[in-house]
Amino acid sequence: MSESTSDRQVIADSLGVGIGVGLYGVSFGALATTGGLSVWQACALSLLAFTGASQFAFLGVVAAGGSPATGALTAVLLGVRNTFYGITLAPVLRLKGWRRLATAHVVIDESTAMAVVRDDPRQARLGFYWTGLTIFLIWNVMTLVGAVAGESIGDPRAIGLDAAVAAAFLGLLWPRLDSPSSRLLALLAAAVALGLVPFTPPGAPIIIGGLVAVLVGLRFVPSADGDRDD
Amino acid sequence: MTELWWGVLAVAVGCYGLKLLGLSIPERLLEHPVTVRAAAFIPVGLLAALVAVQGFADGSEVVVDARLAGLLVAAVLLWRKVPFLVMLIAAAATAALVRALGG
Repeated sequence: MSESTSDRQVIADSLGVGIGVGLYGVSFGALATTGGLSVWQACALSLLAFTGASQFAFLGVVAAGGSPATGALTAVLLGVRNTFYGITLAPVLRLKGWRRLATAHVVIDESTAMAVVRDDPRQARLGFYWTGLTIFLIWNVMTLVGAVAGESIGDPRAIGLDAAVAAAFLGLLWPRLDSPSSRLLALLAAAVALGLVPFTPPGAPIIIGGLVAVLVGLRFVPSADGDRDD
Repeated sequence: MTELWWGVLAVAVGCYGLKLLGLSIPERLLEHPVTVRAAAFIPVGLLAALVAVQGFADGSEVVVDARLAGLLVAAVLLWRKVPFLVMLIAAAATAALVRALGG
C-alpha cells in the first residue's frame, strides 16, 4: 500500500479484526462453564479482566484441579505483556485522567496490533479504539451466549472440549513461534511442565515450566537488538 | 465457589492494573533490555506449558489420548491460517470422533 490509507479503510479493517476476534468469546464462555465456572464468573472475567489469554489460562488451571490462586497467578503473569503494549501506545494515545483509566481496559493484543501498523498517529488511535471497543462489545455478548450454552452440555470430554482448550492455547501461542529460539523455548516449557505433572499440585507445572523457559531464554538467547545493551 | 470468585477478582484487578501501568509509567523505567526480553519470553513459556498440560495431563498422570489428535488437527489448521473459531471446533470434533470410535 503506497497510497495513504483512508479512515474508512482503517475502520473497516478494525471492524473485521474486531468481529472475528470477538466471536470466539463464545468459545471462552462455553469452555468456562463446562470447566466449572458459573455463567457470572465467566462474564465477570470477560467484562473485568478482558484479555483472552489470561482468561483461558485461569480457566485451564482451575478446570484441571489447580487452586484459583495458582490460576490467577498464571493469568496475571500472562497479562504482563499488556503493560508493554501500554508503554508503546502511551505516546500515541496521550491520555490523562478518566480517559486513561477507561482506555487502559482495551489495551490488548489486537487493539495494539491495529494501532502500531498505522504511521499516522490519528489513524493509529482510530484503529486502536475501533478494534478494542468492537472486540469488547462482541467478546462480552458472546461470552454470555457461550456460557449459557455450555451449561447444558453434559460431558465436555465427549464432545472434545478438553481438546478445544488445548487448541485455544496452541492458537494463542502460534503467532509467537516466529523464531527458532522461541520454538525451542516453547518445547522446553512444555517438557518441563509435563515432567512436573506427576510430582506437583495442578497448576504449578505451568508456572514453573513457563518461568524456566524465561530464565533459559534470558541466559542463552542472544538479544535481538543487541545495540540497545549498555 | 467463594474461593473461585476471589480468583476471578484477582485476575480482573491484576490484569487491569498491568494495562493501566503501561499507559501510566515513563517508558525509560521499563525499557531495560532484560525486562523487555523477559516480557517477550513469558507468553511463549506459559502458553507452551498450558498447551502441554491441557493436552497431555490427566490429574497427576501424563497420558496420550484423543486430545493429541485434536491438537494435530489444530496445528495443521493454524499452519493453513484457518480462522480461530473454525480451528477450535475442528479440534473438538476430532477428539470427540476419536473418543466415539474408542480411541
